[in-house]
Amino acid sequence: MSLPRPLFVNIGERTNVTGSAKFRKLVADGDYTGALVVARQQVDAGAQIIDVNMDEGLLDSVAAMRTFLNLVAAEPDIARVPVMIDSSKWEVIEAGLKCVQGKGIVNSISLKEGEEKFLQQATACLRYGAAVVVMAFDEVGQADTAERKVSICERAYRLLVDRLGFPPEDIIFDPNIFAVATGIEEHDNYAVDFIEATRRIKQLLPYARVSGGVSNVSFSFRGNEPVRRAIHSVFLYHAINAGMDMGIVNAGDLPVYDQIEPELREAVEDVILNRPQRDANLTNTERLVELAPKYKGGKSEAKGPDLTWREGSVAQRLTHALVNGITEFIEADTEEARLAAERPLHVIEGPLMDGMNVVGDLFGSGKMFLPQVVKSARVMKQAVAWLMPFMEAEKAGKPREQAGRILMATVKGDVHDIGKNIVGVVLQCNNYEVIDLGVMVPSERILDEAVAHKVDMIGLSGLITPSLDEMAFVAGEMERRGMTIPLLIGGATTSKTHTAVKIAPNYSGSTTYVLDASRAVGVVSGLLSPTERARLMADTAADYVKVREQFARGNTNRARVAIADARANRFPIDWSAYQPPRPSFLGTRTFAPYDLADLERHIDWTPFFSSWELAGRFPDILQDEVVGEAARSLYADARAMLKKLIDERLLEARGVVGFWPANADGDDIVVYTDASRSEESGRLHTLRQQMVKSGQGANAALSDFVAPTGGAPDWIGGFAVTAGHGELELAKRYKDAGDDYNAILCTALADRLAEAFAEALHRRVRTELWGYAPDEPFNLERLLAEDYRGIRPAPGYPAQPDHTEKATLFRLLDAEAATGMALTESYAMTPPASVSGLYFSHPDAHYFGVGRIEADQVADYARRKGWDVKTAERWLAPILNYEPR
Amino acid sequence: MTRAERIAALKAAAKDRILILDGAWGAMVQGKGLDVADFHGKHFADHPVAMKGNNDVLCLTRPDIITELHDAYFAAGADISETNTFSSTAIAQADYGLEFAVRDINLAGARLAREAADRWTAKEPHKPRFVAGAMGPLNRMLSMSSDVNDPGARLITFDQVYAAYREQALALHEGGVDLFLLETITDTLNVKAGIKAILDLADEGLEPLPIWISGTITDRSGRTLSGQTVEAFWNSVKHAKPFAVGLNCALGAELMRPHIAELSRIADTLVSAYPNAGLPNAMGEYDEAPHETGHFLHEWAERGLVNILGGCCGTTPAHIAHVAEAVKGLKPRMVPERPPAMRLAGLEPFELAV
Repeated sequence: MSLPRPLFVNIGERTNVTGSAKFRKLVADGDYTGALVVARQQVDAGAQIIDVNMDEGLLDSVAAMRTFLNLVAAEPDIARVPVMIDSSKWEVIEAGLKCVQGKGIVNSISLKEGEEKFLQQATACLRYGAAVVVMAFDEVGQADTAERKVSICERAYRLLVDRLGFPPEDIIFDPNIFAVATGIEEHDNYAVDFIEATRRIKQLLPYARVSGGVSNVSFSFRGNEPVRRAIHSVFLYHAINAGMDMGIVNAGDLPVYDQIEPELREAVEDVILNRPQRDANLTNTERLVELAPKYKGGKSEAKGPDLTWREGSVAQRLTHALVNGITEFIEADTEEARLAAERPLHVIEGPLMDGMNVVGDLFGSGKMFLPQVVKSARVMKQAVAWLMPFMEAEKAGKPREQAGRILMATVKGDVHDIGKNIVGVVLQCNNYEVIDLGVMVPSERILDEAVAHKVDMIGLSGLITPSLDEMAFVAGEMERRGMTIPLLIGGATTSKTHTAVKIAPNYSGSTTYVLDASRAVGVVSGLLSPTERARLMADTAADYVKVREQFARGNTNRARVAIADARANRFPIDWSAYQPPRPSFLGTRTFAPYDLADLERHIDWTPFFSSWELAGRFPDILQDEVVGEAARSLYADARAMLKKLIDERLLEARGVVGFWPANADGDDIVVYTDASRSEESGRLHTLRQQMVKSGQGANAALSDFVAPTGGAPDWIGGFAVTAGHGELELAKRYKDAGDDYNAILCTALADRLAEAFAEALHRRVRTELWGYAPDEPFNLERLLAEDYRGIRPAPGYPAQPDHTEKATLFRLLDAEAATGMALTESYAMTPPASVSGLYFSHPDAHYFGVGRIEADQVADYARRKGWDVKTAERWLAPILNYEPR
Repeated sequence: MTRAERIAALKAAAKDRILILDGAWGAMVQGKGLDVADFHGKHFADHPVAMKGNNDVLCLTRPDIITELHDAYFAAGADISETNTFSSTAIAQADYGLEFAVRDINLAGARLAREAADRWTAKEPHKPRFVAGAMGPLNRMLSMSSDVNDPGARLITFDQVYAAYREQALALHEGGVDLFLLETITDTLNVKAGIKAILDLADEGLEPLPIWISGTITDRSGRTLSGQTVEAFWNSVKHAKPFAVGLNCALGAELMRPHIAELSRIADTLVSAYPNAGLPNAMGEYDEAPHETGHFLHEWAERGLVNILGGCCGTTPAHIAHVAEAVKGLKPRMVPERPPAMRLAGLEPFELAV
């Protein structure tokens, strides 16, 4: 007969050498008779499953597992219950599986070593016939936050159920119970994270179960058993209510929640639930520690955050939470508001929108800044997420009224999306529905989705110059398909001029350039407003006519010299008096992984703040009168995130450096296979300035910085680095959890780390790898001011605006194999947080902008690249000094 | 018919009617009055170990007798006949020093049964006949101690059992059986090794065949020899996703009934039963008459307890003919749908319902 449904399954923990010193000693001494007594006691005390663990360094764990389980098989009063085979080593688990005739549980498998291993072990469990405990652990590490716990479990569940057909009812998740009350603030929420993750796993993943090693939670009270028991009891009380099905607990010693001293229970509950502290001078942990002497314990002192705002009305609290970006109480407050409201929808339309309006006003009036607004959006999302099940339950079937629906995408060939994400969040904060198609989205898909979702407008984003062309193409396609909805253009390389000159003329609907996120709401609301729309469109159209006229005038004014004359005026270097330095090695050298911690000190923070639309130089910006507060808060969050990225190895940096014999051949740099310089392995093409120069000014090209063929032997270097392995996954995890703030934060930091990597590596090149400046001191300011010998220009940037040159560079470096980086069809690098470029060592080598070039150079460049002129004009479109025919 | 078509036909037939398995082989062979030379044949004329009683070796040495028995059961109305390979594992054949011949015996056994079944199918296309590759228990157990003074002692390891069943399954597969029948299971851990061996064959690209698992409740306690209840047994083998699960041997129909009723309630797959012809008498002989067996099993069929019926020790083609006749036209058991729940087992079942 089946047992009646147990509310909570007690798994005996005493037959675990890691949890029971007594059992460990018995096994180590070979006293299996005594070990069997321990097992029997547990079953007698009510354990419905026994956990057997032999993971102890000095034991032959495989043999111990086999011996013990064979002995258990001979004891019907123990063997009547299923066995949980517990080990971190698969070989021990497998040895155990070979000894149980019943159906047991494997504890545990995880994604720690990747999907392949996970699926392999899960398949074995299927064939041996065992349920599995899956730990919330992935390639990145053990999950601590509720979001990570849930997302890892969901991923594992999908793999098991969808890929292997694993019965979902045989999956038990262990979302990691960690110790609370450790005195480390980051640990305070661990119990809540577990409980919350449990609740969501049970909602999200049908039939799956949740288990955990309960005694971990009280680890910091080792030696104080009464307090530990109270902690277990309180923790279980809440975790079971959230849906925890089973736990590894001392079955004979389960305390009863109701019978714990009320004073102790309250203090424990404050710790477990990470509730606001009651005593202004004592954290919850400290309060519990203070109380413990009644049983046993120590003491200490400190103070916590100001929580007086908790005394306001629920509407005031929601507004406070939204404005200050505090998620801690949002669910409780939202729930309170929901209970008071007639319908859950009214909470959104009422207090939450009121709060967001305050945020909008503060942002609009410059009193709040982008990072803060993105944090507000996170709070809002969590509140809405809390209400969703209730709204669905209501079966009103009526979607929430939105102010408008906007489709956003980074165009084909481009992978950058920080700006787009920020704009999306800001729009969402203002009650617009945003459909974000992500990056590298082909035109057809953008337009199909726009039609399918009946969006009110389309926003295109891009960072690299080839994206400009793609945007113009999308505009033309919109025209061809007879669309009329407004088109918005944004992103780092876009400009009002380009939009007016190259994009808007392709589309008879309204096209508007949006400078930054703070302008997005104004533009969108204007274009959707029945009263203002016509006026705004007319204004923009008139403005763009003027821009085009200006552009045409400017065009005629830009005098260029013939390419032959420009070459005659090349940057002069006296090669006869110069001995080019020889690099310490030839060929490539890979740095994978590169230590992230070393990159931290190379970070240039100023661009980081500007990506959040906070203008000012670092570190002065932190003290800025206007944005200082926002900058400080953002900086603190960034530092914390950076620490997490580094400590938990959430990102991986990989890079490759190469040096090759090279000499200049006109405007090309010839790269040789070896020192004999007899065979070309590639040609790096450069572009020459054609502006009219006066006086000493030269018409420079990068090839001027390399000794010409026939002269002294010279060398060139190249590099490709990324700090972006993991960034997309991480950003997605945050985004999926409704946390756009951290998603954008980690992406922006990955970008900074990649730049820092390029900077750090360049320094090593100068001092060591090429070694022409061995004594250069480390000085970040001078580094960032590029006050050193040699340059590292990147294809696609002003000194060589042609992105396609990356293909040659990547080939020479074999960058894809060395670093896992790749190029898109538009020559954007993936992962997005990547940098590549060439190294020039000459002391006079410097950065410059090629500027606009004439048809004669384009024709010559096309010949050198093996292109037709049309192709050259397409790739060089942003720098053409003429209208291609 | 290809094997895939036969398997499809088998599954279709199981939906349509109660399938009939053949009966015992041991008594039938004994009735032939064979002497030791028959067992050794030409193949093993000089084999040092006397093989009288090693019925499986007859697949090689007296194939005519094996074919005759298949024919007798098919003629009696059996849909499925078992290969004569009950003990054809390296572990069981070690008693005869015949480990080296295991592959040949299984291959021959499968081919003889295949040939007979195909012949009957050709003759009666409306009633296709099927071959179950018989994989019996081992004389060595993984869950039971081999030494009264050392409860942890085992004469054999999981890996050895696995290897033995793997070798047998490979040969049966190659010889053309339609499904594997792991039968007369006394130790669930042994059969779990067999299940894993069969499931792992998929990794080698072998066409997966249906698995049929038949346990043995040894006495009135209602437990297997290794101590499990029927439900614990089912929970322990369900991961094989068997085509059918059932009980056979040890008990006659009368004593087997409560356990079959229990299995019928909990198994969400086809249920089979092939009891002995009652309990052995003082002389070790079974004396339940064919019409009695037919009478018992008719009641099971009528109550919707079973999908496949046949006979074990003591049954003869006459018993099978009576059973086939008795259940003709009766609806097979409906396979119940069970709510998903974590169902584990030690010696006893454990269920964590939703």
